[in-house]
Amino acid sequence: MLALKISQLKKCYKNGTEALKGVDLEVEKGDFFALLGPNGAGKSTTISIISGLVNKSSGKIQIFDTDIDHEPALAKSYIGLVPQEFNFNQFEPVQEILINQAGYYGINRTAATERARQYLQQLELWDKRNVMARELSGGMKRRLMIARALIHQPKLLILDEPTAGVDIEIRRSMWDFLHRINQQGTTIILTTHYLEEAESLCKNIAIIDHGRTIESTSMRKLLAQLTMETFILYLDKHTSTVPLDIPDCEIRIIDDQTLEVDIEQSNNLNHVFEALSRHDIHVLSMRNKSNRLEQLFMHLVDKNRNNKELAAALIQTAQETCD
Amino acid sequence: MTFNEKLTAYKTIVTKEYLRFIRIWIQTVLPPAITTALYFVIFGELIGSQISDIDGYSYMDYIVPGLILMSVITNSYANVVSSFYSAKFQRSIEELLISPTPNYLILAGFVSGGVARGLIVGLVVTMVAMFFSDFQVHSLLLSFTVFLLTAILFSIAGLINAIYAKSFDDITIIPTFVLTPLTYLGGIFYSIEMLPQFWQNISLINPILYMINSFRYGLLGISDTDITTALIIIILFITGLFSFALYLLNKGIGIKN
Ligand SMILES: Nc1ncnc2c1ncn2[C@@H]1O[C@H](COP(=O)(O)OP(=O)(O)O)[C@@H](O)[C@H]1O
Ligand SMILES: [Mg+2]
Repeated sequence: MLALKISQLKKCYKNGTEALKGVDLEVEKGDFFALLGPNGAGKSTTISIISGLVNKSSGKIQIFDTDIDHEPALAKSYIGLVPQEFNFNQFEPVQEILINQAGYYGINRTAATERARQYLQQLELWDKRNVMARELSGGMKRRLMIARALIHQPKLLILDEPTAGVDIEIRRSMWDFLHRINQQGTTIILTTHYLEEAESLCKNIAIIDHGRTIESTSMRKLLAQLTMETFILYLDKHTSTVPLDIPDCEIRIIDDQTLEVDIEQSNNLNHVFEALSRHDIHVLSMRNKSNRLEQLFMHLVDKNRNNKELAAALIQTAQETCD
Repeated sequence: MTFNEKLTAYKTIVTKEYLRFIRIWIQTVLPPAITTALYFVIFGELIGSQISDIDGYSYMDYIVPGLILMSVITNSYANVVSSFYSAKFQRSIEELLISPTPNYLILAGFVSGGVARGLIVGLVVTMVAMFFSDFQVHSLLLSFTVFLLTAILFSIAGLINAIYAKSFDDITIIPTFVLTPLTYLGGIFYSIEMLPQFWQNISLINPILYMINSFRYGLLGISDTDITTALIIIILFITGLFSFALYLLNKGIGIKN
């Protein structure tokens, strides 16, 4: 069963901006799905339309087989939304925000209070329950919005850049939390700028650019398309005195005992090791640096643009020939 | 949503709206009480004592109904316009928009909040009035009906204003340039019979005139206008504005585009 199905979604804002020109998405039930794309691609617009905050111009959206036009209330009850911008009343106490949100889904105060306690504890906000929302730190506000989105126990949780501006430690604990929620059966869709985030959490992925879906695949397949990998090597001796020119790879010196190596995926690292041992330098440890998705992503977006230009050029040529 | 779930959603909005203005009662409930007390002292006691009776009532008694109703109008309107606009401004209105709560309940919830403030302020002002005047209520039922309907009408109007508002200026323009003049010219301080014929006819276009007069009829038993006409006008306005507000919410105008 599909948790979300979007076909040919289009949106033209009142000021004339054509934010979406044809977005198609299919997200399986239980998936952890990444929606990626550069700034202004149309991710937030898509999410706002799905959750009923913005009217679409055309297209069709189904949440667990429920059309948002035919049964909006039912469709909405399936979704929990963590929007990109803070959108709670800054002057409301944390706990009240959760209990009121539950109320809007028809959950009575007693049940809501219990659920609020549960999520506030899980998201480490319990101490702050009586504090006004505006007194929270940025990371706490994000977590408050996650708790709020979960208060009616939605089947589909959508997070629009949930970790933007959140420091690394809290980001990791949020990832753990989201991973657990997904394991318990909640379908999750996430947009992010930290591609490491998508890589470590998500099973499937779609890329939007200029209001169109340009790629929709599994994270695994996507990563397989990568041609370059980057490794960080930690060495036992100083390298600064040694000339390192090793064929087929690019080496950057990070510090005396650390190197960063870009290498084609088809090649192996042996000849790097050999070159180093000729100078009596040994690799103590190494790790794979996860910045690859970023690079791939740029590549895909570029490729798509070129294709479009190519297609446009071809069409024009064909037309001229006919004339 | 089941009926009970809807009821919960509605109660949640109303409670939230109620607590919002009660928490800041020094800004919301106290000022109208002080203002009207001043009106009673200045217009009722000082100037009023120089003015002859109107329709058999002292000037002090005569202005009581209008002053009460004015506080209901101003406060119902102000409550909804500022609450809904700030929810729009802070985007917390999205909490409601993503929920399955139907638009008519959102509308009813905000309007009930405005009515609550209108009624509470109206009652406080009535109590203040009782220090200055010992009027006998002519018809409690009619007085209360007009009191309530007026609060509903201006709460809905406030919501429509908030839907269109794009800045904090926009939520003061209508109250300042439309509502206040119409209220003052709606016969709070005078009977339109005191006006030249031309201005009497002009005054009859003003819907607030009918409300104030029917409320005055409820309290004192005197009116410049026909009570049935007044009630019909009020109910037509409520129906029209409610449908319009619901249309705006359903279309998402000012919110979802
Ligand atoms: N409320 C709005 N009114 C007009 N244009 C908008 C509005 N919101 C977004 N846009 C425009 O729509 C496009 C897509 O924006 P958005 O969906 O926010 O992209 P993303 O979330 O991928 O960064 C951008 O060109 C943006 O400027
Ligand atoms: Mg965005």
